[in-house]
Amino acid sequence: MMELFPRKQVIGFGFSLLLTAIALAVYFFDLSFTAGMTILLVTAFVQAAVQLVVFMHAGETGDKGSIYTNIYYSLAIALVTVFGTLLCMIWGYV
Amino acid sequence: MEFFERFAIPHPSAPIYASMVAIGLTVIAIVAGLTYFKKWGYLWREWLTTVDHKRIGIMYLISALLMLFRGGVDAIMMRSQTAIPENTLLDAQHYNEVFTTHGIVMIIFMAMPFIYALMNFVVPLQIGARDVAFPRLNALSFWLFFMGAMLFNISFVIGGSPDAGWTAYFPLAGNEFSTSVGTNYYALALQIAGLGTLMSGINFIVTILKMRAPGITLMKMPMFTWSALTANVIVVFAFPVLTVALIMMTMDRLFGTHFFATTNGGMDMLWANLFWVWGHPEVYILILPAFGVYSEVISTFARRNLYGYKSMVASMVGISFLSFLVWTHHFFTMGQGALTNSIFSVTTMAIAIPTGIKIFNWLFTMWKGKIEFTVPMLYAVGFIPIFTIGGVTGVMLAMASADYQYHNTMFLVAHFHYTIIPGVVFAMIAGLTYWWPKMFGFMLNERIGKWAFWFIAISFNVTFFPMFFTGLDGQARRMYTYSEATGFGPLNMLSFIGALGLAVGFALIAYNVYYSTRYASRNISADPWDARTLEWATQSPVPAYNFAITPQANSSEAFWDAKKKGHELFKGEVQKIHMPSNSGVPFIMSCIFFIWGFSFVFSLWIPAILATIGIFICMAQRSFERDPGYYISVKEIKETESKLRGA
Ligand code: HEM
Ligand SMILES: [Cu+2]
Repeated sequence: MMELFPRKQVIGFGFSLLLTAIALAVYFFDLSFTAGMTILLVTAFVQAAVQLVVFMHAGETGDKGSIYTNIYYSLAIALVTVFGTLLCMIWGYV
Repeated sequence: MEFFERFAIPHPSAPIYASMVAIGLTVIAIVAGLTYFKKWGYLWREWLTTVDHKRIGIMYLISALLMLFRGGVDAIMMRSQTAIPENTLLDAQHYNEVFTTHGIVMIIFMAMPFIYALMNFVVPLQIGARDVAFPRLNALSFWLFFMGAMLFNISFVIGGSPDAGWTAYFPLAGNEFSTSVGTNYYALALQIAGLGTLMSGINFIVTILKMRAPGITLMKMPMFTWSALTANVIVVFAFPVLTVALIMMTMDRLFGTHFFATTNGGMDMLWANLFWVWGHPEVYILILPAFGVYSEVISTFARRNLYGYKSMVASMVGISFLSFLVWTHHFFTMGQGALTNSIFSVTTMAIAIPTGIKIFNWLFTMWKGKIEFTVPMLYAVGFIPIFTIGGVTGVMLAMASADYQYHNTMFLVAHFHYTIIPGVVFAMIAGLTYWWPKMFGFMLNERIGKWAFWFIAISFNVTFFPMFFTGLDGQARRMYTYSEATGFGPLNMLSFIGALGLAVGFALIAYNVYYSTRYASRNISADPWDARTLEWATQSPVPAYNFAITPQANSSEAFWDAKKKGHELFKGEVQKIHMPSNSGVPFIMSCIFFIWGFSFVFSLWIPAILATIGIFICMAQRSFERDPGYYISVKEIKETESKLRGA
């Protein structure tokens, strides 16, 4: 019986509720903009990872390799694009 | 009457009225011809509803060739206008429209369908698959591209062409400075075609990752398939940026948002930034399949296996990532500081490294090879020195401080034509000639083909080399004329003469198609070039199911091994084959997309809403439809095979 119990999913569900609660807390507590944004960004990315791994079953099939390559590749390109844009349009703009 | 006034051309002239008449007559002729020869049913059954990757490839090919001629006419007009100082053939407004449409037509509606033509036709065959992973999606991709192209092309007779350059920089492309609907056409036509491209990108990645025949591991894929994979990876990551940027542009122009405005917190340069975040990867989307074509052609006609397979793959994967790190080199002069510009200078120069590796690998493949100078090989060999000039001038432009001198001059125009023409146009003609017998069952005439090659290769240099000099002397790009005192006259005249030579070269290719269709022998083998990869292992022309028996591969040149080393390609018995069924929905849905785009261009909201509903209905239809496909019986396969073998 024990092996039929979806342990990973139940823990994942609890964890994702917790993350939602933390994110929601930003609204109720009087935080500075930076602190609030930091919490939101961190919880958002962790949340996305939880969803991908636990509920969208990345890594549970033979395609594990391609799926993770794809995710890391997208992340790398998204980060390069976002920070590159900030660099050109704001930080490095004279 | 007021309603119809919006469709008028803001800046008409005699040639535009003449084109209207010509377009009208052509449409009437096509409709009448189809009716007279009773071909409507044939057209619908065999082409408009097809999901066969080979036919879709051929439709891409025809569209690309048509657009090549449309873009070519634009080019001749520009070169005629600038042939002599203070010419008055075109006025400034027309010149703006012509260089804008030339750029868009050539990149989006000529080069892109051309690479997808070859990828569609060749990739499933090279990996021994029956079709692409999502055949119906593939049809939708094609028709979306096609309707985008048509929408763009009617702009010059209905409402006016875009005129803000193929880059459509803001604030010029905003409502304030581009008052006609031209730039709306730009936003919507590119949007529709771009959606199609994005779907193709996903489709081909899945096809290549999931549908390879047994034995074809990733590192045993033919090089063209590798190039298709890397190019499509770039498509999937770059095109969403264009999609979003175009939505923002549309919002700015139609709904009064201020994303790219200079006021109210808008950022005009953000457009340039987003455009090039897509735009630079885009040039590598175009060049990678070309590299793939050259790899196939060179190893076939040097009669050697490709030198440095692993380094070829590694450099393409490297390029596909590096191409996302360099976009700022297109606007070094827009005001970033020295540090930012240096970072992007360095990344840009880094791209030259994997590109250089590939050049050396091709040279080593030819080294000691028994080279046979067929038409495809001539283009491949011609490509190497010409493209190298393009690459070297690219590195010159990549030096940010020096770019202040070159930027927006004819030097830049010369650079990118030196990369794109040998890199894309030569490759596509080479690929076309190389795979033509597989597509149509006869070969293109070699003698005419060689004449065309020499005309094109020489005229290309005559046209574009002078631009390096006029550019360094300060001739700006996109200027419709110049004064005699500048001294640019003679070199521009030379360019004009070269352009005429190019026109002759392309006309020879068209003539070659006509000539070979009429006179070439249909009695050729399935492998007329003595080639190496799997697509040559099946019959020509290729039957609907591609391979009667799924091939088994042992290397990237399985067919060569089968011919020379006794490798057994087809093991087992013929079995019935499952095929996807045809569908008219992709075509109908794309027609609705056309109406949707047109309505947005002219802010006709009721048709726009109706078309949007229509699009959703088509999607719902697909979701609820049961489509089990159909089987080709063993008997039918055997009949087809013996008929093709006998022919
Ligand atoms: C060694 C590799 C290359 C380098 C270092 C390079 C560098 C550059 C730089 C720095 C510019 C911007 C110059 C300016 O605006 O002042 C540029 C423009 C351009 N390049 Fe390249 N390039 C390379 C290869 C290619 C390839 C392979 C293609 C296409 C297949 C290409 C197509 C273009 C186009 C279309 C433009 C100009 C677009 C426009 O402003 O309208 N380049 N290149
Ligand atoms: Cu670039």
